[in-house]
Amino acid sequence: MTEVENNGQIQSILLRHDRSRDSLIPLLQEVQGGLGYLSQQAVAAVARYLGVSENDVFGVATFYSQFRFNPPGRHCVKICQGTACHVRGSGLLVEAIGRNLHIVPGQTTADGKVSLESVMCLGSCALAPAVVVDDTVYGRITQKKLEKVLEGIE
Amino acid sequence: MSLNNLQARAAESWAAFVRTDRPRILVGAATCGRAAGAMQVLAAFREHLEKRGLSNQVLVAEVGCNGLCYAEPLVEITGSDGRRVLYQQVDEKLAVKLLESHVIDGEPVAKKALAVVEGETVRGVPPLSRLPMLRGQVRIILRNCGVIDPTNLDHYIALGGYSGLARALSQGPLGVIEEIRAAGLRGRGGAGFPTAQKWTLARNAPGDQKYVICNADEGDPGAFMNRSVLESDPHSVLEGLTIAAFAVGAGVGYVYVRAEYPLAVQRVELAIRQMRENGLLGSDILGSGFSFDIRIKQGAGAFVCGEETALIASIEGRRGMPRPRPPFPANCGLFGRPTNINNVETLAAAAAIMARGAAWYAQHGTEKSRGTKTFSLAGRIQRTGLIEVPLGTPLRRIIEDIGGGVAGGRKFKAVQTGGPSGGCIPARLLDTPVDYEHLAEVGSIMGSGGLVVMDEDSCMVDVARYFLTFTESESCGKCVPCRMGTQHLLRILTDICEGRGTRAQLEQLHRIGLTMRKASLCGLGQTAPNPVLTTLKYFEDEYLAHIEAGHCAAGVCRALIEFCIDPEKCNGCTACALACPVAAIEGSRRTAHRIAQDLCIQCGSCRTACKFDAVSFRPRTRQPVSV
Repeated sequence: MTEVENNGQIQSILLRHDRSRDSLIPLLQEVQGGLGYLSQQAVAAVARYLGVSENDVFGVATFYSQFRFNPPGRHCVKICQGTACHVRGSGLLVEAIGRNLHIVPGQTTADGKVSLESVMCLGSCALAPAVVVDDTVYGRITQKKLEKVLEGIE
Repeated sequence: MSLNNLQARAAESWAAFVRTDRPRILVGAATCGRAAGAMQVLAAFREHLEKRGLSNQVLVAEVGCNGLCYAEPLVEITGSDGRRVLYQQVDEKLAVKLLESHVIDGEPVAKKALAVVEGETVRGVPPLSRLPMLRGQVRIILRNCGVIDPTNLDHYIALGGYSGLARALSQGPLGVIEEIRAAGLRGRGGAGFPTAQKWTLARNAPGDQKYVICNADEGDPGAFMNRSVLESDPHSVLEGLTIAAFAVGAGVGYVYVRAEYPLAVQRVELAIRQMRENGLLGSDILGSGFSFDIRIKQGAGAFVCGEETALIASIEGRRGMPRPRPPFPANCGLFGRPTNINNVETLAAAAAIMARGAAWYAQHGTEKSRGTKTFSLAGRIQRTGLIEVPLGTPLRRIIEDIGGGVAGGRKFKAVQTGGPSGGCIPARLLDTPVDYEHLAEVGSIMGSGGLVVMDEDSCMVDVARYFLTFTESESCGKCVPCRMGTQHLLRILTDICEGRGTRAQLEQLHRIGLTMRKASLCGLGQTAPNPVLTTLKYFEDEYLAHIEAGHCAAGVCRALIEFCIDPEKCNGCTACALACPVAAIEGSRRTAHRIAQDLCIQCGSCRTACKFDAVSFRPRTRQPVSV
């Protein structure tokens, strides 16, 4: 996406929200939903629209773990580290998958294919360990099964 | 539209849903069902029906979660014989078989059946009520979960929905509060504050603009009750929120729900739309003159936002940091206005109480803790899932009878209640009744209701470290006791797990923990030491084994163990060598393999890969180093 297209997208998101402070988080969520992350330019646009400083917007955005400031990979793998998943070995799983991909949670593979995240509790504890690949939840996952899923995506 | 009109329409639509003269397939497709493959099963049913040209003659629908998560994906089929059978662990292949045999030919597949619906008989299949997981449960919050189509307002109304709201509107706000008081309802978010008292405070606070908030920021790792209710029966929560708004005199309500629960968000959005379209939200609700509207706010991933004042800051578009109280939100909350905040489950209970009366509700539970509570069963337990029992039910009954005990015949070690704010309860205290007071007595808390079972493969020092890793990263940093306390607790626990611990540190853990409890600003910091203090109290021997013998009996603390291969059991199949990520295993085919300890990273892949139980661990012989 070019910068101009990005700008257009950000503007159309902004116009759907009131210019009030409580629109800030929903705005950031929608911008990230569209762009995949919060670019510096997006943060500036949101700040201007709401009439607050960029510092203020960064202050809020960095407080919440949902927000990213770098472009994500084409696919997102979230490995749950909730309690139930932890006692069923998800710590080893995240390590093993990270080792295969040569990244640690929070990073994206060099080819831009996969971003790896470890997240706290997806709420699928009964089927622990759980993993979300893009929008699909996989329960009772094993290293082998997850490797297969990753092989199947482009 | 009046409620009578809505009820008449709902009755018709429900009758069409449950008629037995037409085959019906219901697939449990809440998030947990989907994780187990429910959507693929649903697609398989639809595709095969299409192929057979039967799409119009068989009803296929999604329902929510009935809590028997261990058996997912679950499918309930009404066959052409009219019998209703619940099938477990259905995959695409089984779906086709069930369709051919039960739906079309009227022959239930007994071998794959979990239970039959009451009143039916299929040889060798028990009725639902006799399933050990359901026996002993009293389902009030979960009354509709897995029974109705959560996207269908008519279903909710047909089963008594919104009659509680209608009754509330006719009783007046004070009548509602009195009813809730008589029912003895206490906040289900964890702290157990009497709900009627909370509503009274917000009602009596001066101001003409007030707010109600539904706290659906279920952040405890290991808990999923609220997600399940929002996905499976969203209207019950929204009805409760509307009743709360009427009682306190609020005009606007918010549902603050985690962004990690996309399906719940979607279901609540749809339910709010349906309420507006049917006169259950907006101005002059059900002709009562009461006006109210509900908005959704999605959390952005901050555990501390479960705390009331932090949650309010987050809705206002600020960093989700708590502030000292008083003033309490009841007087000065959202946008500085009087605000009442209740948990998902409290609101769903309020709707049920208003529909069926305080006396009916108060018959369940104990003197001080009335009613029922939902719990999620997870971890090393036979039957994982979502349950609801009367308060006062002993832990043992929940874990052994309902949950079927520890999975795989292993030995029970502890159950963790209340998430990162709770504690680990050992086997000898399993007869503790589950209510607010008794759990507090043993050093834990009720919390929102997560129960995570641990067996001998869990190391209690590691569990404490796990929770502190969580609270340390989720501490908002505003107050010193929590910010520094969590850091120090975590550092000490890491030392112990990696073989650098000393006895003096145990005393330090204790002192820091007690200080945090007293001096922290909000519940996060006040309760963060609970996992440490309870494991110290009940599992001190494990701490001492780590410190003095450098031994982790569960084999979890990797700096303290090394893996080895038993040459007697190893037949040289090479599976472990292939699985080893660092090529630390040597040996040729059909000869016993060996692990090169200086290369090994203790990932345990070899142990998982070995089919002959030849890989085990032992205390590390060389000097412990950090991993």
